[in-house]
Amino acid sequence: MIRMLLPLIVFAGLLVLLIFGLRTADQREIVQSPLVGKPVPEITLPGLNDPETTYSTAELIGEPYIINVWGSWCWACREEHPYIDRLGREAGVPLVGFNWKDEREDALRWLNRFGDSWSFHMVDFEGRAAIDLGVYGAPETYLVDHRGVIQHKHIGPIDATVFEDLMRRIVQMRAEADS
Amino acid sequence: MIAEFGQVSLILALVLAVLLATLPLYGAYRGSDTLMRLAPSLVIGHFVFLAAAYVALSVAFLNHDFSIANVALNSNLLLPWYYRLTAVWGSHEGSLLLWMLMLGGWMLAVVAFSRTLPREFLTRLLSVMGIVSIGFLLFTLLTSNPFDRILPGPTDGQDLNPLLQDPGMIVHPPLLYMGYVGFAVAFGFAIAGLLGGKVERDWVRWARPWTLAAWSFLTAGIALGSWWAYYELGWGGWWFWDPVENASFIPWLVGTALLHSQAVTEKRGSFPAWTVLLSIAAFSMSLLGTFLVRSGVLTSVHAFAHDPDRGLFILIFMAVITGAALLLYALRAPRIMTGPGFDWMSRETMLLINNVFFAVSAAMVLLGTLYPLLVEFMGWGQISVGPPYFGAMFILLMTPIVILLPLGPFTRWKQDEVMRLLRPLAASAAVAIVLGLIISAALGAWNLRAITGWIGGIWVMAGAVAWAVRQWRGTRSGLALHQWGMTLAHFGVGVFLIGVAMVESMTFERDMRIAPGQTVEAAGYEFTLHEVAQVKGPNWRAEEARFTVNRNDREVARMNPQKRLYHRGGQVMTQVALRPGITRDLYIAMGEELDPASGAWSIRIHIKPFVRWIWGGAALMTLGGLISAGDRRYWRRRRAESRRADTAEVPA
Repeated sequence: MIRMLLPLIVFAGLLVLLIFGLRTADQREIVQSPLVGKPVPEITLPGLNDPETTYSTAELIGEPYIINVWGSWCWACREEHPYIDRLGREAGVPLVGFNWKDEREDALRWLNRFGDSWSFHMVDFEGRAAIDLGVYGAPETYLVDHRGVIQHKHIGPIDATVFEDLMRRIVQMRAEADS
Repeated sequence: MIAEFGQVSLILALVLAVLLATLPLYGAYRGSDTLMRLAPSLVIGHFVFLAAAYVALSVAFLNHDFSIANVALNSNLLLPWYYRLTAVWGSHEGSLLLWMLMLGGWMLAVVAFSRTLPREFLTRLLSVMGIVSIGFLLFTLLTSNPFDRILPGPTDGQDLNPLLQDPGMIVHPPLLYMGYVGFAVAFGFAIAGLLGGKVERDWVRWARPWTLAAWSFLTAGIALGSWWAYYELGWGGWWFWDPVENASFIPWLVGTALLHSQAVTEKRGSFPAWTVLLSIAAFSMSLLGTFLVRSGVLTSVHAFAHDPDRGLFILIFMAVITGAALLLYALRAPRIMTGPGFDWMSRETMLLINNVFFAVSAAMVLLGTLYPLLVEFMGWGQISVGPPYFGAMFILLMTPIVILLPLGPFTRWKQDEVMRLLRPLAASAAVAIVLGLIISAALGAWNLRAITGWIGGIWVMAGAVAWAVRQWRGTRSGLALHQWGMTLAHFGVGVFLIGVAMVESMTFERDMRIAPGQTVEAAGYEFTLHEVAQVKGPNWRAEEARFTVNRNDREVARMNPQKRLYHRGGQVMTQVALRPGITRDLYIAMGEELDPASGAWSIRIHIKPFVRWIWGGAALMTLGGLISAGDRRYWRRRRAESRRADTAEVPA
């Protein structure tokens, strides 16, 4: 009888392990970007509304800021747009739009329709600078501190939970910058 | 409307599954013929409603009904109609629907082809499968409803994951699921047998064609997945020991063991309990695979939307199904433990060795897959074992199988003599060693892996042929279908071995910088890049490199790899250029543009010798399995015996 129960016992052990695995699944799911903790690469790109102006990440050093990667073609960017609105109003730090692999006209029309809450936009139509930045896809949101170091990166659209988390981190970065 | 229609169909299918799992089963317990007679009709109704739900979702995809979340997330206006149809199973929810449709289909097939099984047995079998179906229907309706609405619906959908926009992907998941779900039939047979209280050799024979069919589908599904990863993912590998791959490979290993143990139990009546246990294990491992893929427990390249709630559901479901099955096994197996004895040198021993090695391999893969979890559980930090562990382990475990494989069919049941066995195979062994050495030398593949691969592969192939020839001469009627099937499948193992050994030891692989107009040389081939052009597809645009490949100043191929950007999701995908061949594949994948001024790109060139043999071997195994499953022997005798069983029941 005991011998017959052996498979059941082994299976029970397997279940315990899997239940444990399930409980810690969230932690494993976070893809760590290799760039977190490293300085933002120096990127110089033209603006969206103002193609004559160029913006550079080097100019932004000194205060914390947010980089948000988006494109008019990106469905999930529309989804997160309400939270981008709120970030623009509530974060109290520059919110840099990184317009990725887009067409100028499409992007401007999109902003007209849904609202432009970003401080300014850099455009990367070719998608070359995005490679330096380690962009996986749009949307993506980076938090950069006053020393120009990437503190955090969120891949995918921002929802209520992510928004709270981002705000908490931004407040912390601002406090650090002030001290 | 269509979504609600699908939803209602699913609920009705659930109602029928619940009826199927209860009334006829109670009927079999009480001996009520009326209740048992319900089972086939319930199975038909169950299938009809599942099919209706499936069609409903397909129609929604075809008509761009973006108010259904699943459609909005996995399709868009630009997607061609055939990918809209296959997008049905591109998502977690839709693939579950496909899974259930197949379970319903297998049940229908059991009803259609096994009408002559003893009624109690058939009833129990169908009821057990009904229970499995309840679990999946509940899972779908409660946690992963494919018909959920988003209102107001968006004007356009996102896109089907570009990885899945590929012909290989059209057939890979259905085949894989056919295999996974097919093991539910073997599981049903085992449980029905346990419930009946007797392990008869009969039901093992009845289960064989179903197991063979399921195993063949699984083999084909895994091979296609490997082939797809090879050309679509742009990595140039054919197997990655990724958790999700392992999740399909474990049931395959257990299923292979099951096939062989069924042979013993059917023919000789030995180790019946082990066969039952393997039947339970094969299906449980399929469930475990489902769990691993969809719960986010292990990180993998196969990105299904991870959801711990879903994971918990499958885990509970698995606990109930497998737990109950194993409990039943513990209660009933002691009665069926006994089988006739056999000598150490006998076909039984050979098949036992096969079983031990396959079962241990399955356990090792399972351990390796779950090892990161185990380590974390024990608090040893986060690590992963990776391909080296699996590779080393497999060489160790498969070597004895390769050496002994040709001996198996030659060995007599019950007892045999070593010398009788060695004589006919001495020629095969000599041929294998001589030919293996010559071919390796001729190909310039003078390394241990290639040489052992050739010798082992030829040994297995020659052994299979030698057996078939002897069998043919020995009997007037020639080989039975199941013998043809076995020969073919074993021959396929040899082909597969050679493919693996050559790819693993002789692959040429290099990243190069190349500008238009330049020529690079690799392993005797000259690759010339002419230009990099912009091209457009229905829902993507791409940069396309145009190559010609020369060998000895003769053009052998024109190859155009692409780097695609999909408009909707913004995903960048490498579309590799492949020139397949029997003895080698040429393979070019585009990397990054290095220098816009000169137009130089980084390009990855692979030359993969004999890589087709890997899938060719798998195709032979699949074919062998299917041919065996079609053998009249399993069906004819079944009829005779069930007739006998029927008449025996009449007086009682």
